[in-house]
Amino acid sequence: MVSAREVAERVADPELPMLTLADLGILRDVSEVAGGGVIVTITPTYSGCPAMAAIRADLSTALRSAGYADVRVRTVLSPAWTTDWISEKGRRKLAEAGIAPPGAAPVRARGPVPVTLGPSRRRLSCPRCGSDDTEETSRFGPTACRALWRCRACREPFEHVKEL
Amino acid sequence: MPSTDDLHEPDSGNPHEPDSGNAYEALNEADDPRWAYGTGFADPLDGVGTRLPDGVDGADLAAYCLMLGDDALIMSHRLQEWCTRAPELEEEVALANIALDLLGQARLLLSRAGAAEGTGRDEDALAFLREEGEFRNVRLAEAENGDFGQAVARLLIFSTWRLALLDRLTGSRDPVLAAVAVKGLKEVAYHRDYAAGWVVRLGDGTPYSRERVVAGLESVWPLVAELFTPHEVELRLAAAGAGVDPADLREEFDAVLDQVLSAATLARPPDPAEPTDLAGSPDLAGPPDPARSRDAVAPAAGGRSGVHTGALTGLLAEMQSVARAHPEATW
Repeated sequence: MVSAREVAERVADPELPMLTLADLGILRDVSEVAGGGVIVTITPTYSGCPAMAAIRADLSTALRSAGYADVRVRTVLSPAWTTDWISEKGRRKLAEAGIAPPGAAPVRARGPVPVTLGPSRRRLSCPRCGSDDTEETSRFGPTACRALWRCRACREPFEHVKEL
Repeated sequence: MPSTDDLHEPDSGNPHEPDSGNAYEALNEADDPRWAYGTGFADPLDGVGTRLPDGVDGADLAAYCLMLGDDALIMSHRLQEWCTRAPELEEEVALANIALDLLGQARLLLSRAGAAEGTGRDEDALAFLREEGEFRNVRLAEAENGDFGQAVARLLIFSTWRLALLDRLTGSRDPVLAAVAVKGLKEVAYHRDYAAGWVVRLGDGTPYSRERVVAGLESVWPLVAELFTPHEVELRLAAAGAGVDPADLREEFDAVLDQVLSAATLARPPDPAEPTDLAGSPDLAGPPDPARSRDAVAPAAGGRSGVHTGALTGLLAEMQSVARAHPEATW
């Protein structure tokens, strides 16, 4: 029998299906308890992430198909998810799928959170042609975690998992 | 030339006979809530410890969570109303994303309120089955939508204030409030940057864009003083180390707003309680004295006490209509 952790780690994220839940870093714990039960602990990416219900269901289905009868999926809010938890493998898979992976999450300086005016100062390489001549078109995209960019060299739009 | 038999799928059987390929059967077979996306909502706090910290009154904590949850819920609804109405697709997507983040924060806070009050009311009961006088959001959140200039002006004010609040709430003695604040803070920082970017673009844009964002700021400015007027519950929670006294947020709010307005070549609108001789010339009014703003006449009973404007009546009628027409419905 495959271990519960291995089964849970292989479940794909419903919004970014090239990533597993382990790649995304939202799988916080998998514990097998006496009597064949499993407790899986996950954390949301964003407060309103609508994929959480689907993720719970996918975890339950996968674990039950693997022979675990009693599956419970718990949520933890703390510590809060950050894009820094996306694995190296996950970043590679995002880039291969044409999505620019996040850079390091911003480090909070002392004092109030500074307001950022003007265009993003971040520089991204185009995941299609590799050019650095890219620009942000919208900091909000098709899901809470993605921003919209475009490449001025190959003229193609692309998505970017924004730093959080 | 192929015979007609080759045009049929192998083993097509009787096409009129229901079989295991029935699409609807297949949807119902699996234990998969995605067949009707969005159903199967679980308690967003499932598995999160909900014990009350020592020295924090359950009823006060519940009321406080309703205040912050209602701010997010009602502001989210006003932003959702922009769906299909925004000037460009990118702005539509942005406003909807911001609304979704706030809705997520509202779900957590309303669930926390339900757990703290101990009556068993869940997030749905609190969102859809309360009367207008039981909502505790600030009135800035419920004000009717205007044009895009008003939308970004209101969002700048709301997110600047909420970000300052959540930042302080990360140190709450209530672990759930602290956790909600840590997550929400990072989200609201994106909201504030978005609104600030647009206020600068419109304010320092064409004469017409400037006129619209100035009108937007002026329309919501009378609702700003209320953001910093503490309710007794907020004061008690702040004293217990679980909440924030909103009066403490004014300094950061003013500094951020001045930074953005200065980049936008705009000035703060005159406060309603200020002398009105400069009212027609906001550029001449200069920055208001912060001490004076703090003493500005604020309504004794505002949204935090359940006293709302007529705008909330229509909003709730729409937001609650399905839940009230079909109580306890599942689908």
